[in-house]
Amino acid sequence: MREFFLRIVKHPIIDFKTSKDLKFIFNNKKYYGKSSDTIASALVANKIKVFSKSLKYDNPRGFFCGIGKCSSCLMTVDGIPNIRTCITPLKEGINVKMQDRYPDFSNKDFKKTKKEKIKTDILIIGAGPAGLCASIESSKLGLKTLLVDENPVVGGQLIKQTHKFFGSKHEKAGTRGINIAKQLDEEIKIFKKKNILKLLLESTIIGFYEGKKDFYKFGLIKRKDYKSSFCEIECKAVIFACGAMENLLLFPGNDLPGVYGAGAVQTLMNVYGVKPGNKVIMVGAGNVGLIVSYQLLQAGIKVDRVVEAAPFIGGYHVHAAKLRRCNVPILTSHSIKEVYGKDKVEGAITVKLDKNWKEIPGSEEKIKCDTICLAVGLTPSTRLLSQMNIKMEFIPEAGGFIALHDKNMQTSNTGVFVAGDSSGIEEASTAMVEGKIAGVMASRFLGVKVGTEKLLKQYREELKQLRSGPFGEKPRIAKEKIEKLRS
Amino acid sequence: MQEYNKTGILSKKDITLPNKKQMQKGVAVIECIQKIPCNPCVDSCPVNAITMKDINAPPKIDFDTCIGCGKCVGICPGLAIFLVKIIENNKALITLPYEMLPIPKIDDIVDGLNREGKKIDDVRVVKSKKVGKTYLVTIKTKEKLSNDIRNIKVK
Repeated sequence: MREFFLRIVKHPIIDFKTSKDLKFIFNNKKYYGKSSDTIASALVANKIKVFSKSLKYDNPRGFFCGIGKCSSCLMTVDGIPNIRTCITPLKEGINVKMQDRYPDFSNKDFKKTKKEKIKTDILIIGAGPAGLCASIESSKLGLKTLLVDENPVVGGQLIKQTHKFFGSKHEKAGTRGINIAKQLDEEIKIFKKKNILKLLLESTIIGFYEGKKDFYKFGLIKRKDYKSSFCEIECKAVIFACGAMENLLLFPGNDLPGVYGAGAVQTLMNVYGVKPGNKVIMVGAGNVGLIVSYQLLQAGIKVDRVVEAAPFIGGYHVHAAKLRRCNVPILTSHSIKEVYGKDKVEGAITVKLDKNWKEIPGSEEKIKCDTICLAVGLTPSTRLLSQMNIKMEFIPEAGGFIALHDKNMQTSNTGVFVAGDSSGIEEASTAMVEGKIAGVMASRFLGVKVGTEKLLKQYREELKQLRSGPFGEKPRIAKEKIEKLRS
Repeated sequence: MQEYNKTGILSKKDITLPNKKQMQKGVAVIECIQKIPCNPCVDSCPVNAITMKDINAPPKIDFDTCIGCGKCVGICPGLAIFLVKIIENNKALITLPYEMLPIPKIDDIVDGLNREGKKIDDVRVVKSKKVGKTYLVTIKTKEKLSNDIRNIKVK
């Protein structure tokens, strides 16, 4: 029986393309998924929540981030270990197995693969809003650009943003994120045709190998049909637009399958058309928490409440208002005390906080639900930068360790630039502008200067405008600190 | 701190409301009161009735200039703009952005919800227009509820 328990059939914003049913094996049992699925989304659609076991206590774990960053979804596929099932497409007839807690790391086939070499002017790591915009600028200026992303499609997290974007027309305001991703994809296609831009998808930069005066060398793993091959990249300049990862919150039961990052849930429902569950508690009333809550409603999923530890709503009022008029309570000065359940989330205990953010005894409330979404901030992905020995500092306002950079997105190493969330947590609109600046500056670094002054002036003004309001205060402080420490 | 920062619900005194004469003509009511970097409503207005000092300033609308065309309702990323028009027999038409399922049909009787999501009237759907993926749904209700009903629920 081809049963899909948790598929979203109708959606007010997204037209899910009809896709083929695929058969696959999971832990020796037959299941069906869709050709549009990743392995993880197909499993969730089949109500499978346990993806792995914890190392020490053998606790069941579900996947958390859904975007290839957290490692809790690693499985063995057709005998190949450590496949990130959340970003790996499902294929007909594959044999998927949960891994032993200590998986086999050997991958003999990999050693036999031929090593490829690619030389480029500019390497851009990450094809989200920042990386895409950076690659458009550098390609426009005629520089050979290599754009690399782990995912099977470009767009980064834009591909799940079904809401219309804020900002001005320069950042495509009023357009839905999913459509911005399509527009940017169309733009890079022009440069791909002209062979100025090369795009490598399902590819991961795994390490920095060598840095000389006029070039940098990186290692890259390319994946095809679950098999990996190795590639050596040599570039004259590099832009890190690696994005960010969602934060976990500390409470008993936070590792139960069914506790997701809010972004993971957004990916599941808006990219793959799979419901994470039927009743959700959202933790965090910043923009991510508010937006994802509304999108859960749009997917036909009940949002029981939004709890927010702060005494006020952190996100835009307009997002909160949309939820409230759908009768979803937003409880400020409330937090999650505990999540309970056997092998999966069965409910949660929320608690009221006093003005010192301490739990008020006796204010606990027990709520039955099957999904907890955590929207409690993001941490920039900067590990490759620290491996390059670039000057880093912990900047709380930016969300974590950040490569120090100046107004030109230039780090402490010449020819190494950053942009987007990996240079400080902010919005997609500012990520796009930062990407443009990094793209132009990397090109200038390589000697292409004609007409770039004017572009830079315009982009810097756009950034200034976007950050000038009260919601821009935090990134403003962060960027000031970063610049100051850099100089 | 403003109450709406805690609750997510605006009270009428937080919003600039049109007078009766302006409402009889039919105008846009903008429920966007925070300084956020966003301005598509300004660009969308064909008669320049919506202005902003800078991209972060809350939009200001000149009700006398506004022609009630609804362009801003369809573009607003915050779904925070509504059209209000008082008609005969103490009734009013409210046009609201709707991005949920099911899509209401003309003449359906649906729940008219307030800013808290509570039902305060049974209302009739009189018009429905699709702008991109957003439906602009026009409902008919009592005049006195013109600035209270801000959402609908299809029964």
